[in-house]
Amino acid sequence: MNGPHDLGGQMGFGPVRPDSDAPPFHAEWEARALALTLCAGALGRWTLDESRHARESLPPAIYYNASYFEIWVRALEALLLRHGLVSDTELAAWQGAQAPPHPRRLAPQAVAPALARGGPTDRPLDSAPRFRPGDRVRARVMHPRGHTRLPRYVRGAIGVIEADHGGHVFPDTNAHGGGEAPQRLYTVVFDGAALWGADAEPELQVSVDAWESYLDPA
Amino acid sequence: MPHDHHDHDNHLDPMDARVRALETILTQKGLVDPAAMDRIIQTYAEEVGPKNGAQVVARAWDEPEYADWLARDATAAIADMGFEGRQGEHMQAVFNTDAVHNLVVCTLCSCYPWPVLGLPPAWYKAPAYRSRAVMEPRAVLAEFGVTLPDGQTVRVWDSTAELRYLVIPRRPAGTEGYARAQLAELVTRDSMIGAGLARVPA
Repeated sequence: MNGPHDLGGQMGFGPVRPDSDAPPFHAEWEARALALTLCAGALGRWTLDESRHARESLPPAIYYNASYFEIWVRALEALLLRHGLVSDTELAAWQGAQAPPHPRRLAPQAVAPALARGGPTDRPLDSAPRFRPGDRVRARVMHPRGHTRLPRYVRGAIGVIEADHGGHVFPDTNAHGGGEAPQRLYTVVFDGAALWGADAEPELQVSVDAWESYLDPA
Repeated sequence: MPHDHHDHDNHLDPMDARVRALETILTQKGLVDPAAMDRIIQTYAEEVGPKNGAQVVARAWDEPEYADWLARDATAAIADMGFEGRQGEHMQAVFNTDAVHNLVVCTLCSCYPWPVLGLPPAWYKAPAYRSRAVMEPRAVLAEFGVTLPDGQTVRVWDSTAELRYLVIPRRPAGTEGYARAQLAELVTRDSMIGAGLARVPA
């Protein structure tokens, strides 16, 4: 979707504020928000792609006014409600019905193995690659209402295939309960001028990682 | 993003109450164990951070065979140092040269190689960086105090899939004969994102 998250090339956000020694959390609640998100994700009711889509589906005015972990918290609440793990009443009352531990509740001793395992997204594919390194491709012009990982700023632009990474879970289906439907993933490189015209900085190249169905021969 | 500013950190924050409430509800319902949350926080607040990535870079500077492995199969080469897992399942190392300076961004969210760099800094997640890094990286780098020579290509890697990028900065001159631990001290977090260069020894 063309949500508030798709920021490449947007203007007006001001300067970057480097902070070379800042700690990872600026407040205790940020740390709790991260940990809650990971623990709730471990219940297995939604995919990483669905959680990304929940964040980008926040109304733009809220998204741009929220700190990063506030975006995570709002999306987590939406996911918990959608999947029936909490109710509106519970969220409003700040109280939940007492229940025994869920069978998939993440235990403290399971944290390190779960983080070490992660969630690899590479999948075997039978089909031959449609593109090879060096091929010219055009990023499709498309504006899906659901989740996609093709940023707006490359759509319609011509680039060159640099690498073939084999099959990977396709976020556009996986975010919506449509299954992993793995597709081949490529790194595609664009010249700055192909993206930004005469406004490009000199000697600029930008790459994205693009699934096969995002691309057409050019 | 007003909430990213440090002077807001100690204010009474409505988010604090909201997150406490959510934790209470999920704990009461048996969905979340607060002790597991503590363990996650300890991991990313104390154990996993850019010191991991600095060890990878220092070894690549020190051992040409390791640098070759890192270029070929970064996931395996980095796992050899003991760093692997969540948000580093599929790693790629990109090497700065005289001709090319690499810069990593995630314009769509905040994808970042957690096992080697820890959690991303606030600026990496904020709209200013995400919007501008792909369009005017030299202007962004100037805000980090980095000026690249004319003619050097800037290659920006937008992390749109599950590949995670680690920039291998150039080894500073005058470090011949340095032990690996000394080399690692020259490797900053920002240099491994491409928003900085390795420190030059005093």
